[in-house]
Parts: sequence; C-alpha cells; structure tokens
Amino acid sequence: MGDRTMLKGDQAVAAGVRSTQPDVVSAYPITPQTGIVETLSEMHADGELDGEFLKVDSEFNAASSCIGASAAGARVFSATCSQGLKLMSEPLFTAAGMRLPVVMAVANRSLSAPISIWNDHTDAFAERDGGMIQFFAKDVQEAVDTVFVAYRVAEDPTISLPALVNLDGFILTHVKEPVDVPDEAAVSSYLPDREPFATLDPSDPTTMGGVGRPEHWTEARYAVQEAMLRSREVIAEATEAFGDQFGRKYGLEYDGMLETVGPVDADLALVCLGSLAGTVEHVIADHPADVKLVRPRVIRPFPAEQLRQALAGVEAVSVMQKENSPGYQGSLASELKSALYGSDTQPAVRSYVLGLAGRDVSHDDIEAVIEETGEAAEDGHPRRFLAEERWPQLKGDLLDMEVTQA
Amino acid sequence: MSSPPEPDAVLSYDDDLFTPGHRACAGCAPALAMRHLTEATGENTIISMATGCMEVISSPFPESSWGVSWIHDVFANAPGVASGIEAAYRAFDRKASEEFTDHDDVNFVVVAGDGATFDIGIRSLSGMMDRGHDVLYVCYDNEAYMNTGIQRSSATPLGASTSTSPPGKESLGDDTSKKDMPAIAAAHGCSYVASASIGYPQDFKQKIERGLEHDGPKYVQVQAPCMLGWEFDPAEAVTVAQLAVETGLQPLFEVVDGELVDVMRIRDRKPVREYLECQGRFDHLFETGEGEEVIEQLQEFVDERADELDLDA
Ligand SMILES: Cc1ncc(C[n+]2csc(CCOP(=O)(O)OP(=O)(O)O)c2C)c(N)n1
Ligand code: SF4
Repeated sequence: MGDRTMLKGDQAVAAGVRSTQPDVVSAYPITPQTGIVETLSEMHADGELDGEFLKVDSEFNAASSCIGASAAGARVFSATCSQGLKLMSEPLFTAAGMRLPVVMAVANRSLSAPISIWNDHTDAFAERDGGMIQFFAKDVQEAVDTVFVAYRVAEDPTISLPALVNLDGFILTHVKEPVDVPDEAAVSSYLPDREPFATLDPSDPTTMGGVGRPEHWTEARYAVQEAMLRSREVIAEATEAFGDQFGRKYGLEYDGMLETVGPVDADLALVCLGSLAGTVEHVIADHPADVKLVRPRVIRPFPAEQLRQALAGVEAVSVMQKENSPGYQGSLASELKSALYGSDTQPAVRSYVLGLAGRDVSHDDIEAVIEETGEAAEDGHPRRFLAEERWPQLKGDLLDMEVTQA
Repeated sequence: MSSPPEPDAVLSYDDDLFTPGHRACAGCAPALAMRHLTEATGENTIISMATGCMEVISSPFPESSWGVSWIHDVFANAPGVASGIEAAYRAFDRKASEEFTDHDDVNFVVVAGDGATFDIGIRSLSGMMDRGHDVLYVCYDNEAYMNTGIQRSSATPLGASTSTSPPGKESLGDDTSKKDMPAIAAAHGCSYVASASIGYPQDFKQKIERGLEHDGPKYVQVQAPCMLGWEFDPAEAVTVAQLAVETGLQPLFEVVDGELVDVMRIRDRKPVREYLECQGRFDHLFETGEGEEVIEQLQEFVDERADELDLDA
C-alpha cells in the first residue's frame, strides 16, 4: 500500500482526485470547500493534472460545465457545499435525469439564513430528491477512499448517475490526519476508464436532454429510481474490491452501505452520519450501557435493508442528526422509521437535532442521548412512534428574542 | 390538353441537419434561422441549446430535428454546458486518446433565445466569453420569452406589448429600451461579433461561417420575428425582418477584435413607423398622443445610432 502522510482533509481529497486524473475539473470557491479547489488549481499549475481546469464564474456553471463535459464522455470532478450546492441544484438534478456521471465532494455546511460557514448536513439533505448518489465519510481517509468508490459506481455504465461525497466542513476539511492516498497507478487498476453509453460525438450525432412528454417522463424518472436501487449492488461490489486492493474495508458485512461499532446484540443504538460517528465511537467504547453505533455510509440509495439488519433486536434507537425538515422532523429519523415500518423489530425511535451550523456535539451531549435512549427502552412499550423531536442543544435564553416569539 | 408535370412524389430532406417535422408555428422565423445555421456550420458541430421555443419544438422525445450532436440542459446554462464540452475535447486532444483525436475542426456552438441570452443566462455567457472558450454563440432574437407565452425580455423593444408589459391606463407597453448585447459581447473581448437578420439569410450564413474562422468566443445575434408574439401574418416573417433592417431598427454589422469593420448601408432608410405598423404588438402606440411620443423616441434613437454607425448609404 501507499505511504501514510499527514494531510489536511481538503488537500487529501484533492490528492485523491489527482489520482483519478479527471479530464475536466470545474469548481468555484466556497468555505469550507475552498481548499479543495485551491489545491487542485496548484496541482494543475504544476502540471500534475493532465485535464482541463475551468476557473468558472459560479457553482451554477461549475455544475453546468461538468454536465457538458460528462456528456462529451469525460471524467469530471467538482466540489462545493451549502449555498454553492444550492446554486448547482438546478443543473445537478438534470445530471441525474440525463444519466450523466459527475463526482463531487461536498464539504457540508449549513444553509442561510442566518449565514453560517460551519458544518451541518442541511445542504446535503436539500439535494436529497435529485437522483444523486450520496455518500457520507466519517474521517479524512474515508473521504479520500470514497472518491474512488464514487467514481466506480457513478461511471458504471449500468448506473451512470451523479454522486456526492459528503465530508463534514472544517471537522474533516481542515483537520490534519495521517492518510494514505493511493497513487495514479494503483487507482487506474481499481477504476477503469469511463465507457459512456452515448457521447456528443459529431460523427455519430445524438440528441440529449430533449423534451419528455407525459408519455415518457414517468419512465425516465423510473429509470433513475431503478439505477439508484441497482447501485446498491455496485456499491457493495466496488467497496469490496476497494477493500481487496487497498486493505481498507468499509462495512462489508452490510454491503458497504453502513458500518456498526459496538456489541452486535446491543439493546440500544445511536444512528448518525459523518464525523459525529467518531465522537460517538469514543463515548460508547467503554460505556456501561449496552449501546452500538449504526452509521449509514450512504443515504441515497437509502440503506433500508441494512438498517433493518443492524437494528434487529434493538429496543431503542436515537437518531442524532445535523439537519431538520421544518414542519416535520429530521429527515434521517423519518427515513429510518419508514425503513423499520413493518419489520420484525420495532424499537422506539427518538429523533435528535443537534450539531447545527457548527455547534459542537460533546461527549456529554452524547451521554445524555444514551441515557434517554435507555429510558425509552425501559418504558416497556418499544413499538412506539416517538413523534416528539428533541433539540437538546437549544438555548432557551436566545429564544426570548423578538424574532423567535410567537 | 397536356397534363401538368408530375410533382416529385417525395421531397428529400436527407441532407438537412435541422429537419422538418418539428412543432414550430407556421411562419416561424427562428426555425428558419436554425436551418440556415446548421447549413453554415455543417455536420461537424456540437450544439448546446438553451430552453426556449427552438428547443421545445425540435426535441420532443423520441423525435428530434437535429442531424448534429445536440444537448439541452436548462434555460440558463447553455454556455456553461458548451464550456464543458469544449474543455472535454481539449482534454481528449491533450491526452491524445485514440477515440478522440484532432478536434480542431469541431464547431462548438451555443444556440439560445434572447431571454436565455440577455437575461437569465448572461452570467453563463459572460463566464464562457471571459474564459475564452472556442465557442460560437448564436442568439436568435425574437424579442420576448415566446416559449412561456410572450413575456418581455430585456431584448423587447420600447413600447412593445407583451403579456408582462401590456399597455393599459398607466402603461404604453414595455418601458425599457433593448439591451445592447452585441456591445456587451464585444466588451468581453470576443474576436468576432455580428448582428444579422433572418431577412438576409446569405448574410447570416456568411457571418456564421466567418465567425467560426475565429478562435475563442464569438457572438452572432440574429433577429428572427415571431409571428405569434409580434402579431403578423405568418407569410410575412421575412418581410417584417427586412423592414426592421430597412428602418434602421436592426442594423447589420460586424465587429472584429473590437473594431467595427462592416455595416450594411441602408438606402432611403424607411421611417420606424412603417415597421411598427405591420405588427399587432405596437398597435396601441397609434391610439394616443403618448403613444406617438414613444414612436418619436424610437425614431430619435434610430437616427442617432444611424449616425454613429454611418448607416445611411
Ligand atoms: C429557471 C427557469 N425559469 C423559467 C423557465 C421558464 N422558461 C422556459 S423557456 C422561457 C423563455 C425563453 O425565452 P427566450 O430565451 O427568449 O426563447 P424563446 O422561447 O423566445 O424562443 C422561460 C421563461 C425555465 N425553464 N427555467
Ligand atoms: S411562438 Fe414564435 S418563436 Fe415560438 S415557434 Fe411560434 S413563431 Fe416560432
């Protein structure tokens, strides 16, 4: 395997991208993603990236140019987050419908207002229904490795969809960790050249992105749904092949879709995404309560079957999420509930919203959640829908301000 | 009595790169522009197209009027998409992959309506020009958003009635003048900028061909009347377009490397009134004194610009 070096997350992701040698990189700066564009720019300036680097005018055109290049048959890369991801949203949705693979790193950050540059998962969930595969990395190494897996899945001719590699802004982009970034030679044996099923080749004219009438649109959307569901197998295969070649194995017993840490037969479980899992692991390592961590690595396609397996026999589950869908509840919690509906185990499910816009989630916060999860289990009525969502980090004194008053 | 000659049983459109059978209205001048455009670019062309009438009428799946490679993504991003296509081909050439070599002669073309160009897509166009992509941008200018039912764009002329600039007790139609897009394109450093008219198809085709000879971004704006939005007889599209040129409202010129190099001179320039009269969208101007003032304002504007361009022969 390659050498482990100390790298900041943004630089490590850029180095991983370099190893895939994309034909076109097109990106626009936004904190905390900026380091990725800057590092790629330096690599391009030093001749380390053979492809074209487009210094675009906006995320809107970063996504648009990636779409054009992908339609021409190129391997493309972009990176963004938050407001930038919102600005990409319109073209990104078409990348899915037009079945054009585009791989992007998303340095997750909250969405305005109020403006905040800090981490949460509101941006990723706002793109949830576009038809993009969405991975979540726990640490820098996983973020780098997921870039390779994402290309292999997104560019698979049977899938051909955009893919987002989510990594927590600042928490992962701005932290130095020892990482092993596979070199170009190693990556090229893992990741085959792209073989698009259609390109904008002038010698073989194609029409892409035409009008879909009611007679056909449903089928186009269904094809995206099918490709998404099918991608579960390709993710499993790609994650396993990655483990075989590079030695780093990610949740292979759950087809690469999720990872668990802690006792297999634990009574309690915590579900969370991304870097928060690292903190949770620390807390549960020698925790007196019988608790395990269940961490989806992918939210689209949704690991419903794997969640059912991982939570079988569990009495109570708490979902700790850095997002909320105003008017209902955290999306991850509602999706987990829907995955468990009708399954043999029906644990009590609690929904927690925390860590929004950079608010630190401490060991104590997690301890408190574990305690309440235990209480929920002891209530003795596990088959309950716990609709009430908890926002444990809410500061009541700030709520007294006029703008938040009813 | 001798019988008339047998007409050809079947007309052949085999060589057309923009084929008939599309859904454009009868007498649609923008559709004519698509045909002349593809005749000029030839088949070695990749078109990136913005949402709008020409996209909607030509691409309903599973049919397509396009004999060249063609992509549509969204309303605002055709130049961004073209930037990516052109960059991809440069990368292919650089990496000298076997499948794709020597793309010097591929014509990368954007086609967009005035709404996509003057309004929503101007950022995308500006970025494409600024980065110097080797792309020919063709704006077909029908002076409003026709695809969504004739709303004003910033290409809509002063006084024109549209569904979002209707005349009323307090309104004389559109209350702003047409944005000067060719000047904006030239200011971006485009090596070639031209205005054209569907009333002069040979001139339009030559401008496409000449534009393609230049490296980097180039911009051609072709005025193409919309019989539905401008309200005239479908048979009159070309005449109406010619009148715009003959009255000086649509001057035909070429700007190369920032220098005005050619202006089509007009002999006996006709009064603007004559052009306005032939279209329903200006009818209300002839009904009131204030409307007459708008007509005078338009005439003054044309006279001034005719001076600047040395338009009169
Ligand atoms: C973001 C967005 N806003 C609005 C629309 C609706 N829309 C589609 S085409 C169009 C107008 C196109 O006008 P123009 O570019 O002038 O072309 P034309 O239809 O006149 O040929 C509008 C408003 C859209 N597709 N996308
Ligand atoms: S509405 Fe106008 S531009 Fe659109 S197809 Fe009809 S004539 Fe052509």
